[in-house]
Amino acid sequence: MAATKEKTPVIKVKDLVAKYGDKIILDGITVNILPNEVTVILGGSGCGKTTLLKNILRLYEPFSGNVEFWDEDILGMTEDQYGTVLKKVGMLFQNGALLNSISIYENVSIPLEQHTEISREVIDRIIRVKLNLVKLSHAIYLFPSELSGGMKKRAALARALALDPQILFCDEPSAGLDPLTSAALDELLLDLKNQLNMTIVIVTHELASIHRIADKIIFLDAGKMLFYGTLEDAKKAGIAQIDTFFKVGQF
Amino acid sequence: MQEVRIQDDTIFLVGELVFSFVPIFQEKTAKLLKHTSPIMLDISGISRIDSAGVAYLEELQISIQSRIKDKRKPSDKSSGIFLLRGINDATRPVIETFSSLKLPPAQIPPSQTFFESIGSSVFDGFNALKDGLVIAADVFFWSLYGIWNRSGQRKGSFVQQGVALGVQALPIVALLSFIIGFILSLQSAVQLRNFGANIFIADLLAVTMVREMGPMLTAIIVAGRSGSAIASEIATMQVTEEIDALKMMAINPVRYVVVPKFHAITIVMPILVAFSILVGEIGGLIIAMGYLDLSLESFVSRTIEIITFKDLVVSMGKSIWFAWVIVVIGSYFGFQVKGGAEGVGKATTASVVASIFAVIMFDAMFSLLYL
Repeated sequence: MAATKEKTPVIKVKDLVAKYGDKIILDGITVNILPNEVTVILGGSGCGKTTLLKNILRLYEPFSGNVEFWDEDILGMTEDQYGTVLKKVGMLFQNGALLNSISIYENVSIPLEQHTEISREVIDRIIRVKLNLVKLSHAIYLFPSELSGGMKKRAALARALALDPQILFCDEPSAGLDPLTSAALDELLLDLKNQLNMTIVIVTHELASIHRIADKIIFLDAGKMLFYGTLEDAKKAGIAQIDTFFKVGQF
Repeated sequence: MQEVRIQDDTIFLVGELVFSFVPIFQEKTAKLLKHTSPIMLDISGISRIDSAGVAYLEELQISIQSRIKDKRKPSDKSSGIFLLRGINDATRPVIETFSSLKLPPAQIPPSQTFFESIGSSVFDGFNALKDGLVIAADVFFWSLYGIWNRSGQRKGSFVQQGVALGVQALPIVALLSFIIGFILSLQSAVQLRNFGANIFIADLLAVTMVREMGPMLTAIIVAGRSGSAIASEIATMQVTEEIDALKMMAINPVRYVVVPKFHAITIVMPILVAFSILVGEIGGLIIAMGYLDLSLESFVSRTIEIITFKDLVVSMGKSIWFAWVIVVIGSYFGFQVKGGAEGVGKATTASVVASIFAVIMFDAMFSLLYL
């Protein structure tokens, strides 16, 4: 898990422990996530993937441990300080988490209106571009209740991309999507990584996605991190849980 | 350092054209453009650009382009096109990714004319009335059917609803009824004492509480407390697809969710009204004994004397009718909910307002009928 000489880790997690009551959900996770890479957090259901993501993002409070973004300890920050960090981060929730009382256009405009002083015309242009990126130009004034599950997810991704985040977190982005839409979403994420030097952290257990886009994987099992590295190295590591995961998932 | 300068009809942008600096570029170019008319934009000095920068560049191009067109004379042989140059390897991929110039214009939903909005409101009103009558018919039919056939209802729900709608409302009904009885008597007592008509306090209080205040006050409390709970429960079930799940299990949602509430409120409402009348009388008795020097015996005997069997029947009948109105209205708004969390809130509020309005309207009608 040591950083390469060229890249300084953009996210550093050290000895992270998460509990639910007395039950340990994450047991001392330590990992460095490198910039401009797609890092996939994977494992079986209930292994702690989403919990790890939400602990890194302070949506849940860790029991102990450290989390640093760009060498700054985020767990010790005030709300305002962390808010400044969050403007460089985007999050795509598993079910989209769009605000149902406003249109897609207004959902995407929220971070632009709240965190920038850009004129209305420029904001309008940015919104249309982001929705076009996720192929939702035709649905710009629709409400979330009028969208399919896949469309909601794409709209939520457009909102996560509103401020051109340097790090994008995605919680099960392909869940509920058909294979074609899932593949298109993966391609979009790869374009974002390559053209905008974005760092992307994805929680998923979709094998097809993992093979398409993962630069590095973090394999969790029962709250412990069994492996961090490339997919090829993971398959050669000889770890039984990983071998079973990939073997059972194959068609 | 973000810089904007003009030289030989060309605007030069220098610096980082990103979210945090776009407002600075906007301000500086706006000042320059007041006095100049450039035809070229050079961004070779831009070291970093993001989607906000691309959007700003395109807005700038379009804005200047339209000014050039406005100022062109027919004899002007120049192309009149505002050119962009200086795109480099740092800016090209971002500009290509975030360009909106070739996007089709956004389809703005057409707005209605005045007459269209009136027609739309009338149409919506008829549909709402139709839907309301359908739900009312459903509720009454399955509730009547459910007296003899309890299948399709959740086990134990009748008792559970009786406790929630009735027992748990007792404290608030008691408190408000006591206060109303107390205030009614207090306000009346002052006037009655002036005429030496102290004993008639019992008549006034009994008639008011039994015929009007008991049923209406209790119904308003139940509408605010239990009617809102009914609407929000059903609305939440609707938006989280629990109602759809019941349908997929071949379970009628009205039978399963609404009928137990209907049966329970039919039983508990008259009890709540009777309780309200009793407590209101106690509130008034305090004034009668304390301020008007009436004895307990004279107050009670006068009260019993003045109240007729017809008064009691009408009072109980009203209470049951109000209870049914509250359940039907709560169910209607719950099933008709649209949208997510905001829709649930709106449905709940609308249910309470509509229930209270309906209770007062029906009370007025009954008062005229049974005068």
